[in-house]
Amino acid sequence: MKAKTVDKIATSVIIAIAALIVLVLAGLLGYILVRGLGHVSFHFLTSAPETIRKGGGIGPQLFNSIFLLVLTMIITIPIGLGAGIYMSEYAPSNKLTNAIRLVVEVLSSVPSIIVGLFGLLVLVNLFGFGFSLFSGALALTVFNLPLMVRITEQGLKGVPREQKEASLALGLSKWKTITSVMLPIAMPVILTGTILAAGRVFGEAAALLFTAGMSSPRLDFSDWNPLSPFSPLNPFRPAETLAVHIWKINSEGLAPDAGEIAAGASAVLVITVLLFNFAARWLGRYMYRKFTAIK
Amino acid sequence: MQAFGMTVNDLSVAYGDRTAVKNVSLDFAPKQVTALIGPSGCGKSTFLRSLNRMNDLIAGCTVTGEIWIRDQNINSPETDVVSLRQRIGMVWQRPNPFHKSIYENIAFGPRYHGTKNKKQLDEIVEESLRKAALWDETKDRLHNSALALSGGQQQRLCIARSIAVKPDIILMDEPASALDPVSTAKIEELIAELKQDYCIVIVTHNMHQAARVSDKTAFFLSGEVVEYDLTPTIFTNPQRRETNDYITGRFG
Ligand SMILES: Nc1ncnc2c1ncn2[C@@H]1O[C@H](COP(=O)(O)OP(=O)(O)OP(=O)(O)O)[C@@H](O)[C@H]1O
Ligand SMILES: [Mg+2]
Repeated sequence: MKAKTVDKIATSVIIAIAALIVLVLAGLLGYILVRGLGHVSFHFLTSAPETIRKGGGIGPQLFNSIFLLVLTMIITIPIGLGAGIYMSEYAPSNKLTNAIRLVVEVLSSVPSIIVGLFGLLVLVNLFGFGFSLFSGALALTVFNLPLMVRITEQGLKGVPREQKEASLALGLSKWKTITSVMLPIAMPVILTGTILAAGRVFGEAAALLFTAGMSSPRLDFSDWNPLSPFSPLNPFRPAETLAVHIWKINSEGLAPDAGEIAAGASAVLVITVLLFNFAARWLGRYMYRKFTAIK
Repeated sequence: MQAFGMTVNDLSVAYGDRTAVKNVSLDFAPKQVTALIGPSGCGKSTFLRSLNRMNDLIAGCTVTGEIWIRDQNINSPETDVVSLRQRIGMVWQRPNPFHKSIYENIAFGPRYHGTKNKKQLDEIVEESLRKAALWDETKDRLHNSALALSGGQQQRLCIARSIAVKPDIILMDEPASALDPVSTAKIEELIAELKQDYCIVIVTHNMHQAARVSDKTAFFLSGEVVEYDLTPTIFTNPQRRETNDYITGRFG
């Protein structure tokens, strides 16, 4: 066969596969959105769920998801940045650091239900954090942190060596070089990665079933004291997130409109995760242009 | 301003167990330009990067020997590398301005080294840009991104950046090889100008450039210095056959 023909066949096969993937994805998204969007309204987004009656909403669940995400990020971003900087710039390349890298890789690919069970045994029971946002945030940290470390490391490794050397050659310390020259350049990569990681946290269910719990107390949205048990801001209260809620009403929902609520909630979840992705791309591109260009 | 030179004694550099520079001893006089020439891979950059301890960054690279500035051996382990590098400027082959404004590129170093006063910084920025013959072209857009400058302007900015921290010595690794002829001429003029204050060591592949800008020339071959003499002598009356072969273009 002539090289040209082979090339043509290979190209069409690749295009066909790509098209199939896009089609499946579009179908899936379309299905979820078409089924769910009709049910989404302001009332749906803000009101509390009903157990046996019609017309419940997903307000507290939506709030819980966002709050849990914020908590997780508060834990993972500083530690992940620090560890990533250490791994990329300070850690000597030896057996120990290679072992740490391997552990980090493995950790980020542990199935989330296992992380959830681990959280139940260690965080909820052993440490006595109970079913709480805090346990949930720590469980999410288990696979979010490795991601954060890797993102930071990759971002810093991508900084041209000459940039780093130029700063050192001026007599600047290593730390100052990292914070003032390298991190700004790595920032688009780190930020994009962080937002994508956030999307994953937002959609996570399995790791939260046994850590953040499957129920919320009756939240009092006028009480913002983080220490009182019914305050939405209390990190030690149980909290059912949106993804967990979908799973729960699908498997044991009693309300007559459970199906619609699950569909609506799924649509909200998918849209939010999509928004995270678009935001990541947009911000990454925006920052790249801001830092490299040509204003 | 008092000028300082640099004396290199028996310097060897190895990557792992592969030697790249062998027992080089050279003397760089203040207020003079020394050119390092030689075929690709003969260790010029490696040698140059040892002079401000930049090779410390490369894992497995060992540098032995002595490098004296004033009365300090900067290659000894006790040397504070961070503050040492302030005294030795460096310019790379490809312009590498920081991803910051023109002003920030220059103010960045001095501010770190203790000049916080805005007015003083302004003065340093203007003075450095003037010395690098870049002031007129940039004075109206100091706060624009340095990356929007042309390659030649970027390279002059990099030179301005390095003189802003008041070094004794400036190392240049093929500073004009990525530039067009006009920009190259400007850089060469600049080198002649800077020579009045600094000790300059420049690596170049351009024989004419070496002949034009330098006072002394060292010819490197396979990691060793074959010949080191006044530039006119090297180019008109070399003592060694290898040098003659190289400058007449018979190899390398
Ligand atoms: N980071 C490194 N690790 C290992 N070996 C290196 C490294 N950098 C350079 N070398 C080797 O050291 C030798 C000298 O390289 P060097 O870059 O100093 O040559 P050069 O004279 O500057 O060449 P050119 O004129 O092409 O820039 C080469 O054989 C090169 O392969
Ligand atoms: Mg070189």
